[in-house]
Amino acid sequence: MPLDPSFTGRSYPPSQPYDVSREKIREFADAIGATSPAYRDADAAKALGHRDVIAPPTFAIVVSMKTNETVMFDPELKLDYSRVVHGDQNFTHHRPITAGDRLVSVAHIDSITSRMGNDMITVRTEIGTVDGEPVTTARSMLVVRGEDA
Amino acid sequence: MSVEIGTELPPLSVRLTRADLVRYAGASLDFNPIHWNEKTAKDVGLPDVIAHGMLTMAVASRIVAEWVGDPGAIVEYGCRFGRPVVVPNDDEGALVEVTAKVTKDFEDGTVKVNINAAFDGKSVLTGAFARVRVA
Repeated sequence: MPLDPSFTGRSYPPSQPYDVSREKIREFADAIGATSPAYRDADAAKALGHRDVIAPPTFAIVVSMKTNETVMFDPELKLDYSRVVHGDQNFTHHRPITAGDRLVSVAHIDSITSRMGNDMITVRTEIGTVDGEPVTTARSMLVVRGEDA
Repeated sequence: MSVEIGTELPPLSVRLTRADLVRYAGASLDFNPIHWNEKTAKDVGLPDVIAHGMLTMAVASRIVAEWVGDPGAIVEYGCRFGRPVVVPNDDEGALVEVTAKVTKDFEDGTVKVNINAAFDGKSVLTGAFARVRVA
Protein backbone atom coordinates (compact mmCIF):
# COMPACT_ATOMS: atom_id res chain seq x y z
CA MET A 1 0.00 0.00 0.00
CA PRO A 2 1.50 3.38 -0.95
CA LEU A 3 2.55 5.79 1.78
CA ASP A 4 0.10 8.56 2.55
CA PRO A 5 1.62 11.84 1.22
CA SER A 6 -0.36 13.81 3.82
CA PHE A 7 2.33 12.76 6.35
CA THR A 8 4.63 15.32 4.69
CA GLY A 9 5.47 18.01 7.22
CA ARG A 10 4.95 15.77 10.22
CA SER A 11 7.48 16.15 13.06
CA TYR A 12 8.16 13.64 15.79
CA PRO A 13 8.95 14.16 19.49
CA PRO A 14 12.62 14.79 20.40
CA SER A 15 14.82 11.73 20.93
CA GLN A 16 16.33 10.68 24.22
CA PRO A 17 19.72 12.41 24.68
CA TYR A 18 22.68 10.73 22.97
CA ASP A 19 26.01 11.10 24.78
CA VAL A 20 28.91 11.24 22.33
CA SER A 21 31.98 9.49 23.74
CA ARG A 22 35.61 9.43 22.63
CA GLU A 23 35.47 5.64 22.59
CA LYS A 24 32.45 5.46 20.27
CA ILE A 25 34.11 7.92 17.89
CA ARG A 26 37.31 5.87 17.91
CA GLU A 27 35.33 2.67 17.28
CA PHE A 28 33.55 4.30 14.32
CA ALA A 29 36.79 5.75 12.92
CA ASP A 30 38.42 2.30 13.15
CA ALA A 31 35.46 0.72 11.36
CA ILE A 32 35.83 3.05 8.37
CA GLY A 33 39.63 2.87 8.36
CA ALA A 34 39.97 6.60 9.01
CA THR A 35 43.36 7.69 10.22
CA SER A 36 42.91 11.34 11.20
CA PRO A 37 44.35 12.11 14.65
CA ALA A 38 41.41 14.48 15.20
CA TYR A 39 39.23 11.36 15.70
CA ARG A 40 41.50 9.80 18.32
CA ASP A 41 43.74 12.29 20.03
CA ALA A 42 42.16 15.12 22.05
CA ASP A 43 45.35 17.21 21.88
CA ALA A 44 45.50 16.88 18.08
CA ALA A 45 41.84 17.88 17.87
CA LYS A 46 42.44 20.87 20.17
CA ALA A 47 45.36 21.97 18.01
CA LEU A 48 42.86 22.19 15.13
CA GLY A 49 40.56 24.35 17.26
CA HIS A 50 38.12 21.69 18.48
CA ARG A 51 37.05 21.25 22.10
CA ASP A 52 37.77 17.49 22.07
CA VAL A 53 38.03 14.70 19.49
CA ILE A 54 35.56 15.13 16.66
CA ALA A 55 33.51 12.53 14.82
CA PRO A 56 33.89 11.55 11.14
CA PRO A 57 31.47 13.30 8.76
CA THR A 58 29.08 10.34 8.54
CA PHE A 59 29.03 9.51 12.27
CA ALA A 60 25.74 11.41 12.58
CA ILE A 61 24.02 8.41 10.96
CA VAL A 62 24.38 6.57 14.28
CA VAL A 63 22.32 9.29 15.93
CA SER A 64 19.86 9.94 13.11
CA MET A 65 19.09 6.28 12.38
CA LYS A 66 18.10 5.73 16.00
CA THR A 67 15.94 8.86 16.00
CA ASN A 68 14.32 7.96 12.68
CA GLU A 69 13.03 4.69 14.10
CA THR A 70 10.14 6.78 15.42
CA VAL A 71 9.24 7.47 11.77
CA MET A 72 10.01 3.99 10.42
CA PHE A 73 7.89 2.32 13.06
CA ASP A 74 5.12 4.95 13.29
CA PRO A 75 2.08 2.66 13.27
CA GLU A 76 0.00 5.29 11.47
CA LEU A 77 2.51 5.63 8.61
CA LYS A 78 2.40 1.85 7.96
CA LEU A 79 5.86 1.71 6.36
CA ASP A 80 7.12 -1.80 5.52
CA TYR A 81 10.69 -1.57 6.81
CA SER A 82 11.66 -4.87 5.18
CA ARG A 83 11.21 -3.18 1.77
CA VAL A 84 13.29 -0.10 2.56
CA VAL A 85 16.43 0.74 0.56
CA HIS A 86 18.65 3.74 1.33
CA GLY A 87 18.36 6.09 -1.67
CA ASP A 88 20.49 9.03 -0.69
CA GLN A 89 22.05 10.74 2.28
CA ASN A 90 23.24 14.23 3.10
CA PHE A 91 24.85 15.72 6.19
CA THR A 92 25.15 19.43 6.80
CA HIS A 93 27.42 20.10 9.75
CA HIS A 94 26.83 23.40 11.54
CA ARG A 95 29.85 22.29 13.54
CA PRO A 96 31.53 18.87 13.96
CA ILE A 97 29.98 16.40 16.39
CA THR A 98 32.42 16.44 19.31
CA ALA A 99 33.11 14.04 22.18
CA GLY A 100 31.23 15.20 25.25
CA ASP A 101 28.25 16.44 23.23
CA ARG A 102 24.85 15.55 24.63
CA LEU A 103 22.64 15.47 21.55
CA VAL A 104 18.92 15.46 21.04
CA SER A 105 17.36 15.10 17.63
CA VAL A 106 14.03 15.65 16.00
CA ALA A 107 12.83 13.82 12.89
CA HIS A 108 10.71 15.58 10.27
CA ILE A 109 9.12 14.09 7.16
CA ASP A 110 10.09 16.53 4.40
CA SER A 111 8.51 14.72 1.49
CA ILE A 112 6.70 11.61 0.37
CA THR A 113 6.49 10.92 -3.35
CA SER A 114 5.64 7.94 -5.46
CA ARG A 115 7.19 6.80 -8.73
CA MET A 116 6.81 3.59 -10.71
CA GLY A 117 5.28 1.75 -7.80
CA ASN A 118 7.97 2.81 -5.30
CA ASP A 119 7.54 5.34 -2.50
CA MET A 120 10.28 7.85 -1.71
CA ILE A 121 10.31 9.34 1.78
CA THR A 122 12.77 12.04 2.84
CA VAL A 123 13.38 12.33 6.56
CA ARG A 124 15.28 15.33 7.92
CA THR A 125 16.83 14.85 11.33
CA GLU A 126 17.81 18.02 13.16
CA ILE A 127 20.55 17.14 15.62
CA GLY A 128 21.52 19.66 18.28
CA THR A 129 22.78 19.84 21.83
CA VAL A 130 20.43 19.63 24.80
CA ASP A 131 21.12 23.37 25.18
CA GLY A 132 19.65 24.03 21.73
CA GLU A 133 22.85 24.57 19.71
CA PRO A 134 22.36 23.22 16.14
CA VAL A 135 25.03 20.63 15.27
CA THR A 136 24.05 18.58 12.22
CA THR A 137 21.15 18.36 9.79
CA ALA A 138 20.91 14.83 8.36
CA ARG A 139 18.68 14.10 5.37
CA SER A 140 17.90 10.52 4.39
CA MET A 141 15.89 9.57 1.33
CA LEU A 142 14.54 6.08 1.67
CA VAL A 143 12.95 4.09 -1.12
CA VAL A 144 10.15 1.75 -0.12
CA ARG A 145 10.00 -0.79 -2.91
CA GLY A 146 6.48 -1.52 -4.07
CA GLU A 147 5.04 -5.03 -3.94
CA ASP A 148 5.53 -5.44 -7.69
CA ALA A 149 8.74 -3.43 -8.05
CA MET B 1 45.09 27.13 2.07
CA SER B 2 44.48 28.32 -1.44
CA VAL B 3 42.83 25.77 -3.68
CA GLU B 4 42.47 25.86 -7.44
CA ILE B 5 39.46 24.56 -9.30
CA GLY B 6 40.41 21.32 -11.00
CA THR B 7 42.79 20.22 -8.24
CA GLU B 8 42.74 16.44 -8.02
CA LEU B 9 42.98 14.90 -4.56
CA PRO B 10 45.39 12.03 -3.92
CA PRO B 11 43.41 8.87 -4.85
CA LEU B 12 42.46 6.23 -2.33
CA SER B 13 41.95 2.47 -2.74
CA VAL B 14 40.13 0.59 -0.02
CA ARG B 15 39.53 -3.12 0.17
CA LEU B 16 36.35 -4.14 2.00
CA THR B 17 36.07 -7.67 3.33
CA ARG B 18 33.29 -9.43 5.21
CA ALA B 19 35.17 -8.68 8.43
CA ASP B 20 35.04 -4.95 7.61
CA LEU B 21 31.27 -5.20 7.11
CA VAL B 22 30.79 -6.92 10.46
CA ARG B 23 32.96 -4.31 12.16
CA TYR B 24 31.02 -1.46 10.56
CA ALA B 25 27.72 -3.10 11.51
CA GLY B 26 28.86 -3.13 15.13
CA ALA B 27 30.18 0.44 15.11
CA SER B 28 27.17 1.92 13.32
CA LEU B 29 24.55 -0.34 14.93
CA ASP B 30 23.19 -1.19 11.46
CA PHE B 31 22.68 -4.93 11.74
CA ASN B 32 20.68 -5.45 8.55
CA PRO B 33 21.55 -9.09 7.65
CA ILE B 34 22.02 -8.32 3.92
CA HIS B 35 25.41 -6.96 5.04
CA TRP B 36 26.61 -10.22 6.62
CA ASN B 37 24.28 -13.10 5.76
CA GLU B 38 24.51 -14.59 2.24
CA LYS B 39 21.19 -16.37 2.52
CA THR B 40 19.27 -13.21 3.42
CA ALA B 41 21.05 -11.24 0.70
CA LYS B 42 20.17 -13.82 -1.97
CA ASP B 43 16.60 -14.18 -0.68
CA VAL B 44 16.00 -10.48 -1.42
CA GLY B 45 17.50 -10.80 -4.90
CA LEU B 46 21.06 -9.57 -4.33
CA PRO B 47 23.98 -11.46 -5.91
CA ASP B 48 25.70 -11.82 -2.51
CA VAL B 49 26.33 -9.88 0.70
CA ILE B 50 26.70 -6.15 -0.03
CA ALA B 51 28.50 -3.40 1.86
CA HIS B 52 26.42 -0.86 3.77
CA GLY B 53 25.92 2.16 1.49
CA MET B 54 26.86 4.20 4.56
CA LEU B 55 30.17 2.31 4.83
CA THR B 56 31.04 3.12 1.21
CA MET B 57 30.03 6.73 1.86
CA ALA B 58 32.17 6.84 5.02
CA VAL B 59 35.18 5.29 3.27
CA ALA B 60 34.84 7.79 0.41
CA SER B 61 34.86 10.68 2.92
CA ARG B 62 38.41 9.75 3.85
CA ILE B 63 39.79 11.10 0.57
CA VAL B 64 38.63 14.57 1.60
CA ALA B 65 39.51 14.28 5.30
CA GLU B 66 43.04 13.10 4.52
CA TRP B 67 43.55 15.88 1.96
CA VAL B 68 42.18 18.77 4.02
CA GLY B 69 43.82 17.70 7.28
CA ASP B 70 41.02 18.82 9.59
CA PRO B 71 37.97 16.59 9.03
CA GLY B 72 35.94 19.25 10.82
CA ALA B 73 36.37 21.36 7.68
CA ILE B 74 33.85 19.11 5.88
CA VAL B 75 30.71 21.20 6.33
CA GLU B 76 28.49 19.21 4.00
CA TYR B 77 28.66 15.75 2.52
CA GLY B 78 26.07 14.02 0.38
CA CYS B 79 25.55 11.27 -2.17
CA ARG B 80 23.03 8.94 -3.74
CA PHE B 81 23.48 5.20 -3.50
CA GLY B 82 23.66 4.13 -7.13
CA ARG B 83 24.95 0.56 -7.09
CA PRO B 84 25.81 -1.95 -4.39
CA VAL B 85 29.36 -3.03 -3.54
CA VAL B 86 29.21 -6.82 -3.56
CA VAL B 87 31.57 -8.39 -1.03
CA PRO B 88 32.54 -12.05 -1.60
CA ASN B 89 33.38 -14.40 1.25
CA ASP B 90 37.14 -14.46 0.68
CA ASP B 91 40.29 -12.65 1.77
CA GLU B 92 40.30 -10.33 -1.24
CA GLY B 93 36.92 -8.72 -0.59
CA ALA B 94 35.83 -5.85 -2.81
CA LEU B 95 38.11 -3.07 -4.03
CA VAL B 96 36.64 0.43 -3.86
CA GLU B 97 38.62 3.09 -5.72
CA VAL B 98 38.02 6.67 -4.70
CA THR B 99 38.98 9.77 -6.68
CA ALA B 100 38.01 13.39 -6.13
CA LYS B 101 38.41 16.79 -7.68
CA VAL B 102 37.75 20.39 -6.63
CA THR B 103 35.00 21.63 -8.93
CA LYS B 104 33.72 24.92 -7.54
CA ASP B 105 34.65 27.83 -5.32
CA PHE B 106 31.64 29.05 -3.34
CA GLU B 107 33.62 32.23 -2.56
CA ASP B 108 32.73 32.07 1.12
CA GLY B 109 35.85 30.17 2.13
CA THR B 110 34.41 26.83 1.02
CA VAL B 111 34.92 24.75 -2.11
CA LYS B 112 33.01 21.88 -3.66
CA VAL B 113 34.79 18.58 -4.08
CA ASN B 114 33.19 16.00 -6.37
CA ILE B 115 33.92 12.44 -5.30
CA ASN B 116 33.80 9.26 -7.33
CA ALA B 117 33.81 5.81 -5.75
CA ALA B 118 34.14 2.93 -8.20
CA PHE B 119 33.74 -0.80 -7.72
CA ASP B 120 34.21 -3.28 -10.54
CA GLY B 121 34.83 -0.38 -12.93
CA LYS B 122 31.48 1.26 -12.18
CA SER B 123 30.55 4.22 -10.03
CA VAL B 124 28.69 3.17 -6.88
CA LEU B 125 27.93 6.59 -5.38
CA THR B 126 26.09 9.06 -7.59
CA GLY B 127 26.58 12.79 -7.27
CA ALA B 128 28.83 12.42 -4.24
CA PHE B 129 30.26 15.73 -3.11
CA ALA B 130 31.67 17.48 -0.09
CA ARG B 131 31.65 21.16 0.73
CA VAL B 132 34.91 21.89 2.45
CA ARG B 133 36.13 24.94 4.33
CA VAL B 134 39.57 25.86 3.04
CA ALA B 135 39.97 29.43 4.31
